[in-house]
Amino acid sequence: MMERDLNDLRESYESGKTKEASWRESQLKGLRRFLMDKQQDIMQALMQDLGKHQIEAFRDEIGTLIKTLNLALKSLKDWMSSKKAALPQLALLTSAEIVPQPLGVVLIISSWNFPIGLSLEPLIGAVAAGNAAVLKPSELSPACSSLLASSLTTYLDNKGIKVMEGGAEESQQLLEQRWDKIFFTGSARVGRIVMSAAVKHLTPVTLELGGKCPAVVDSLSSSWDIEVTVKRIIVAKYGTCAGQACIAIDYVLVEKGYCSKLVQLIKLYINKMFGDNPQKSKTISRIVNKHHFSRLKNLLADEKVKESVIYGGSMDQDNLFIEPTILVDPPLEAAVMSEEIFGPLLPIITLEKIEDSIKFINCRPKPLALYVFTKNQTLQRRMISETSSGSVTFNDAILQYAADTLPFGGVGESGFGMYHGKFSFDTFSHHKAVVRRSFLTDFWYRYPPWTLNKLQLLQVSYNYDYLGLLLVLLGLKRPSKHVISGHM
Amino acid sequence: MQLLYFSDVSTKLFLSASSCSTMKSLCHGPFIAASAPVGRRAFGGHLTTKSFHKQLHFRSRCVVFSSFSCSATLSVVPELEEKLVFDGEEANLLVRELRKNFDSGRTKSYEWRVSQLEAINKMLEEKEKEITEALYEDLAKPQFEAFIAEISQAKSSCDEALKELKDWMKPEKVNTSITTFPSSAEIVPEPLGVVLVISTWNFPFLLSMDPVIGAISAGNAVVLKPSEIAPATSSLLVNLIQQYLDSSAIRVVEGAVPETTALLEQKWDKILYTGSARVGRIVMAAAAKHLTPVILELGGKCPAVVESDVNLQVTARRIIAGKWACNSGQACISIDYIITRKEFAPKLISALKEELEQFFGKDPMESKDMSRIVSPNQFARLVKLLDEDKVSDKVVLGGQRDEKKLKIAPTIILDVPEDALVMQEEIFGPILPIITVDNIENCYSIIKSKPKPLAAYLFTNNEQLKKDYVDKISSGGMLINDAIIHVATRGLPFGGVEESGMGCYHGKFSFDSFSHRKSVLYRSFDADSSIRYPPYTPEKEKLLKALISGNILQIILALFGWS
Repeated sequence: MMERDLNDLRESYESGKTKEASWRESQLKGLRRFLMDKQQDIMQALMQDLGKHQIEAFRDEIGTLIKTLNLALKSLKDWMSSKKAALPQLALLTSAEIVPQPLGVVLIISSWNFPIGLSLEPLIGAVAAGNAAVLKPSELSPACSSLLASSLTTYLDNKGIKVMEGGAEESQQLLEQRWDKIFFTGSARVGRIVMSAAVKHLTPVTLELGGKCPAVVDSLSSSWDIEVTVKRIIVAKYGTCAGQACIAIDYVLVEKGYCSKLVQLIKLYINKMFGDNPQKSKTISRIVNKHHFSRLKNLLADEKVKESVIYGGSMDQDNLFIEPTILVDPPLEAAVMSEEIFGPLLPIITLEKIEDSIKFINCRPKPLALYVFTKNQTLQRRMISETSSGSVTFNDAILQYAADTLPFGGVGESGFGMYHGKFSFDTFSHHKAVVRRSFLTDFWYRYPPWTLNKLQLLQVSYNYDYLGLLLVLLGLKRPSKHVISGHM
Repeated sequence: MQLLYFSDVSTKLFLSASSCSTMKSLCHGPFIAASAPVGRRAFGGHLTTKSFHKQLHFRSRCVVFSSFSCSATLSVVPELEEKLVFDGEEANLLVRELRKNFDSGRTKSYEWRVSQLEAINKMLEEKEKEITEALYEDLAKPQFEAFIAEISQAKSSCDEALKELKDWMKPEKVNTSITTFPSSAEIVPEPLGVVLVISTWNFPFLLSMDPVIGAISAGNAVVLKPSEIAPATSSLLVNLIQQYLDSSAIRVVEGAVPETTALLEQKWDKILYTGSARVGRIVMAAAAKHLTPVILELGGKCPAVVESDVNLQVTARRIIAGKWACNSGQACISIDYIITRKEFAPKLISALKEELEQFFGKDPMESKDMSRIVSPNQFARLVKLLDEDKVSDKVVLGGQRDEKKLKIAPTIILDVPEDALVMQEEIFGPILPIITVDNIENCYSIIKSKPKPLAAYLFTNNEQLKKDYVDKISSGGMLINDAIIHVATRGLPFGGVEESGMGCYHGKFSFDSFSHRKSVLYRSFDADSSIRYPPYTPEKEKLLKALISGNILQIILALFGWS
């Protein structure tokens, strides 16, 4: 079954159909129609899988995708066109260009936290670049997975794009096939499995992983600034799939003296945004499944960690709901500070000086995103040059995901390769260097038998020494001593 | 030799490194590892990586040969000496030291990068003779080839980096959309950290220095592992790099399989490997353990399609330049085989014959203008390709060989069957099969039946054919009406696709390959709109939709609650 599907795809690709601009455009339009027509179904599926509020669903998934599709449709011709390269001296009557070409049949393995967004965002890139593609949505968000398998496919050319549902076993089977690119979103652990499997066919991979994304909060003096900061932190933690996002804020770093003010404001705004009973207000997503629920529960199980909880902490196992929770200075060696949290628990770590955050961040694996709330430009500069992360966002969070002009991707443990906007197109393309020469100019000194004179000619022409070239041609330049002492 | 051998054998070598047979295996093992042609055999990467563990806690004093002699023409007699083996622990110490120095930030500064690049330039200028001599010793590479294909390329790469570095290092400002308004954004290149460059023996100097230049330009600490199959160049690189460059951040580790294995166990921030697909897989499997991104520069059978409408003499010369005058065909981008029209083949062959004689004389075996075969093992492999029953009676030119001198004459074989070994593996030597077709369009199915090559060549004046060829053939790079020289073309990426590798380098692409492009988004605290925050209301939803769609009119309508 799988073999036959893959043969279909390979055939479609080999036929050249998917390379056509018209095919790419029609598929992108199909994707957009799906998002428009099925908006309610998508929102329902997201509600079912994750209890995701429809505004969140639109903001983080549907809307962002439509934006990407609009950009891709608008830019497709430009992206597909060859780029001319500048040429050096010897290249008379030569032209050079970089021609983007599709890679072939690609596999996209998606994740459950943004089951539509993280499935279709890379698919847009794969299709725009002219590949045949298989999308494997996560089995942990079953409603979205089956919506994609049943409904999305009616909008697309099923000989060129397929959705294959399944769990670990099916993924394993898929990974054994030959792909021309594998795009994976998920954990570093599975990322290693994917990359190891890709070795067999020398398949390039893009790994979109996660990590503990810190938010550094400077001691802001203006109350407006700190209130905006707090609102943005809350949305980037509790308001983004309940913190189950690879770019969600994992923990906050703040100066000791500023901590109580920050905590007090966060409490206040949690209440303003989610009401007295956040569970009832339905504005916070639930935890995806029992497994992750108990994982999060266990993060709080440690006695010292429990003591550090200063807000929230209540858990409703039946409804898989965890209240927005704040921890102040939990032990750094505890799991909550060594693992990616991926849930609505927010540790706040206090430091003597905000500059100490640089060392704190550098002691840990490189995160996918770093957030810094500060007006201090020296601190901004130092953060950029002295720490390493997939991206840095100043005075906001999550928003970088929506910026098409910025590449989205990790570094170190947070993954490699990047996408979004034109970068998605590039990720799914091979950039072929093409040089065209004419038969009219041919330098005799390129060919053996090698003589002193030829070597000199090449030395001067490779050194861009046009005057020297002329002199040698006229027999006016003497060979250098290296040439004479060599093995001629 | 099995693929798994690579790591397994190395463990064994460690344990029995004092026996005489070891010398042989050391020469044999790395040869297979570093220079075997493209293999398409499947293997389980996990098994290979598992065996890496074996060496982790193993360290002992044992006898090794300080210089390996893999070539019959070399006069170097391997001398026995007591030497501390470079094992996993040693490698770990090395990486830790370099990481400490990288973390200190010294390699990140523009000044440091420039000082190192300038030192390389100085080295190229002052040591041209030594480099040329080492290349002669390893490959009998003519001085001319050594200069044009290696030294001058390294120099040009260095010059370009020096000239452009400031520009490359500058953060790239990008526009931001209304969705994130008001904001500004830039992409900041930052070094990856400590990187490993594993080089190869056919262009042992250039393929070592070019990636190192890229790694330095991008501000990384770097370890270079040159190929043990080109021992003279390898040991020269140790000396030169120590002498000219900052050894707190740039190091060379010499060695073969055990040393490479020890290096691959470590956590690197990037690995650039040049060599065979077989070892490429081993490198990638080792990298997967640490989630290290890799650049694999592999090879493949690079085709040259020759249509009958060409300028015959120029075409023949360029084919020769792309095959025999290019390290005797021992280059990953050299022409592997030719496809041409049946009726045109005799003309092409006679033109090649004529030009070959012009270039290399009546007796090419005596010519000093052609490199020799690198090692007896490679020589034996090439002879085996030639002596296969289906092949030996197809030789139309050349065929002479001299085992002592490790030389094989420029050899053309006409219309060998597809299943002959010479058409199945990368030739990597001075044998040129010519396949004839009735119709030039048949070339597509022949080329496509093989893994994607690193380069594809086409000789024609037919514009439609050129266009189709570019469209239909997927290869790392492509060059119309010439061979090889596209890799020297500035502004173009050099790298393969599929079996010919992944990732690319050269010039700015080297810089990018050894950099992480960090997105930086600046927002201000002003102009904060409440629509992003709960509690969510229908009005907010409307405005959000308008904002994301980027339609100004809709935004205004939504803002005023009119839509």
